[in-house]
Amino acid sequence: MGILDKHKKLETNATLLLVCSFLVVTVGGIVEIAPLFYLENTIEEVDGVRPYSPLELTGREVYIREGCYVCHSQMIRPMRDEVERYGHYSLAAESMYDHPFQWGSKRTGPDLARVGGRYSDEWHVDHFTDPQSVVPESVMPKYAFLSETLIDGEHIDELLATHAFVGVPYSDEMIDAAKSDFRVQIDPFGDIDGLLERYPGAQVRNFDGEPGVSEMDALIAYMQMLGTLVDFSTFEADASR
Amino acid sequence: MSKKDDKQEVETTGHSWDGIEEYNNPLPRWWLWTFYVTILWGVLYTIAYPAWPLISGATPGFLGFSTRADVAEDIAAVDAANASNLEALRTVELASLASNTDLQNFAVNAGAALFRANCSQCHGAGAAGVQASGYPNLLDDAWLWGGTVDDIAFTISHGIRNEQSDDTRWSEMPAFGEILEEEDITNVVQFVRQISGQDHDAALATPGAVVFEENCSSCHGEAGMGDRELGAPNLTDAIWLYGGSVETLSDTVANSRFGVMPAWSEEFRGASGLSQAEINAVAAYVHQLGGGE
Repeated sequence: MGILDKHKKLETNATLLLVCSFLVVTVGGIVEIAPLFYLENTIEEVDGVRPYSPLELTGREVYIREGCYVCHSQMIRPMRDEVERYGHYSLAAESMYDHPFQWGSKRTGPDLARVGGRYSDEWHVDHFTDPQSVVPESVMPKYAFLSETLIDGEHIDELLATHAFVGVPYSDEMIDAAKSDFRVQIDPFGDIDGLLERYPGAQVRNFDGEPGVSEMDALIAYMQMLGTLVDFSTFEADASR
Repeated sequence: MSKKDDKQEVETTGHSWDGIEEYNNPLPRWWLWTFYVTILWGVLYTIAYPAWPLISGATPGFLGFSTRADVAEDIAAVDAANASNLEALRTVELASLASNTDLQNFAVNAGAALFRANCSQCHGAGAAGVQASGYPNLLDDAWLWGGTVDDIAFTISHGIRNEQSDDTRWSEMPAFGEILEEEDITNVVQFVRQISGQDHDAALATPGAVVFEENCSSCHGEAGMGDRELGAPNLTDAIWLYGGSVETLSDTVANSRFGVMPAWSEEFRGASGLSQAEINAVAAYVHQLGGGE
């Protein structure tokens, strides 16, 4: 019986059995996961996607801290009902600077992948403060405290550096300017040229209408840019995907 | 016991643990063949559908399966089924839409679905808005910018105070807190409460009338009836966008209000915008809710 008779060696040697089991299981991992890192069509090339600005990235941190992903997805699937309701299906490129991605897996609330520009800042303030005041049937909790928590972006450069470490193309210039970019994004009368050059299309305004940078500002800045970056006029769907 | 004897003809695996041996019984034939079929199915599946990773992409599979092509097809099929209605809706003269029963029915149903997806978050699922919070009620007869189907369609297309559209509905009341004395504001608020038929202090409303005449009447009209050309609300009805209490009115006069609405046309919102036919559908839906003119 040749090799089949040798399994006694495996079964009587726990370490060898463990190593060989691991090798067998690894095959599945290699075949399914490894190609995603080198296949050229994993992430399609699109115009417009850029790393998050410091304020948007902070808003994203708030989003993660509050567990928004538990009830909200950021993944419009390629199905007619979803495309009709939420807009163009999500592209891999749109979350390529997300670490970790916020695709989510459950929709107690609606998908947020293209929520940017859909509502006014005032609506977001009203809605975060008391969701039922604008959507009576909503079961979302209140996040009024976000307005009261002012943030100074003390460690924002370190946050950018961390994201750069895991592969987001933040340049040294971006990291050096992170603190000033963080503050200037809520000040339309400030010196915003550098910010707009580093983060094209960044929206600059006082998001919550109150003085100072609060977590509410950061979260709304993040909401208002979600799904707005890709230039779909130059996008052609690759049929092989 | 006799059964055990039968089994002794079966080979053992050759394993022996403390003298205990293991029979090597053959698997049931039906089970074995099912197993082989699943293997064959797996192989055929990877040939039929996208599967094996190669250098620059995965094998496409001979069925040509593509989720993106599928969704594009789905949408195209529905669009094609609705093509004649959508085309009619795109080009229809909106003022006469209501007389075309079939098209009106199509528009109202399509508009209702679009309204729920895009408009209900601010205007409410029943289109009643949010009272006194700046989200207009669409069921009543009060219109800031006009209540004909054409007016409504224009507002939906271009939004309100929306910077993307040059034709957007734009009115901007000055923040009178920087212009008027506090006393004048107190007086004019009492006057506004007088013309809107609420409790007021007549002694203050009389000088308030002068303040109104000098500062407010150019937009709101001498009688406070408003002006749709300018988007100035009628102050004499009992309908308030932000509230008609003394406190709220004082706040409105002193700091002004700046409600906004997105410009929904594809022209301004790209792929997530609404087509002209869809805008007409929403306009027709809103128009027949009760307040249409």
